[in-house]
Amino acid sequence: MATETTAAEGSSLVFHPMDQFIVKPLFGDGAIAWYTPTNVTLWLFLAIAAIFALLVLSTSKRAIVPTRMQSVAELAYGFIYKMLEDICGKEGVKYFPYVMTLFMFIVCANFLGMLPMSFTTTSHFAVTIPLALAVFLTVTVLGFVKNGASFLGLFWVSSAPLALRPVLAIIELISYFVRPVSHSIRLAGNVMAGHAVIKVFAGFAAIAVISPVSVLAITAMYGLEVLVSFIQAYVFTILTCVYLKDALHPSH
Amino acid sequence: MEGDLAHIGAGLAAIGSGAAAIGVGNVAGNFLAGALRNPSAAASQTATLFIGIAFAEALGIFAFLVSLLLMFAV
Repeated sequence: MATETTAAEGSSLVFHPMDQFIVKPLFGDGAIAWYTPTNVTLWLFLAIAAIFALLVLSTSKRAIVPTRMQSVAELAYGFIYKMLEDICGKEGVKYFPYVMTLFMFIVCANFLGMLPMSFTTTSHFAVTIPLALAVFLTVTVLGFVKNGASFLGLFWVSSAPLALRPVLAIIELISYFVRPVSHSIRLAGNVMAGHAVIKVFAGFAAIAVISPVSVLAITAMYGLEVLVSFIQAYVFTILTCVYLKDALHPSH
Repeated sequence: MEGDLAHIGAGLAAIGSGAAAIGVGNVAGNFLAGALRNPSAAASQTATLFIGIAFAEALGIFAFLVSLLLMFAV
């Protein structure tokens, strides 16, 4: 407590590193109901607008020699398509629209969150948990629809010794239900932690002696965060592909 | 007092992130060691690398989750 008050008196630039994640109404300061437009709503819509601009507007001309934006869109398409085909095989290609949607949404939301003064929607569990739960439910339902009861063979490791199989079944069952937890918290946790670290260094910038070091550290962290934004979107998508593969081919 | 103990617990739970860092470092280091021995096979295994990193990282995330719960839910 004592340190907090002295820090607040020492400079006017003091802020809490988690302040950037506060959900505020866009208009006025009223209470937030489910229909209130907040900064989350705004940045979610901006992410969708960014996807629209990148994938629809840039490819609308269908130029033989692609423009810069069109080649980025084609690159993203080919990248996700190849990833899905490598992991799930030809059968998985049917689910390409879903995987592509997930990747584009997360990558756009992450990159928009890197803009100064913006709001990072993917840093909130309220955004990532529905994404992960949707994947979990889709994959579970798909597994049962495609394989019937033999989907449960996913938990019965037939290559292990018979005595070990019940134990392994319990472990597999737990790890199956933990999937949506780690899937969602990985994304939100990485993004949130990175942004908080940048803000902590920004807090040090107010102290004149270490200010150059802190600005340098912010720059370095920012570069790392751009990388993390992409890698976390990639990891989310690749895990979706792996779960999809389990649903399509449950035998070990 | 109870809140103070919860904050100490949250700090202790953060040690788990260090353990996850060891795991992730192991995965990436071994991948690099293998990739330098056979660079032509490396490109096809980057997806496996990221899946391995993701699974190693998941356990660190549970430590992070515990410390979040201690900070805000207790």
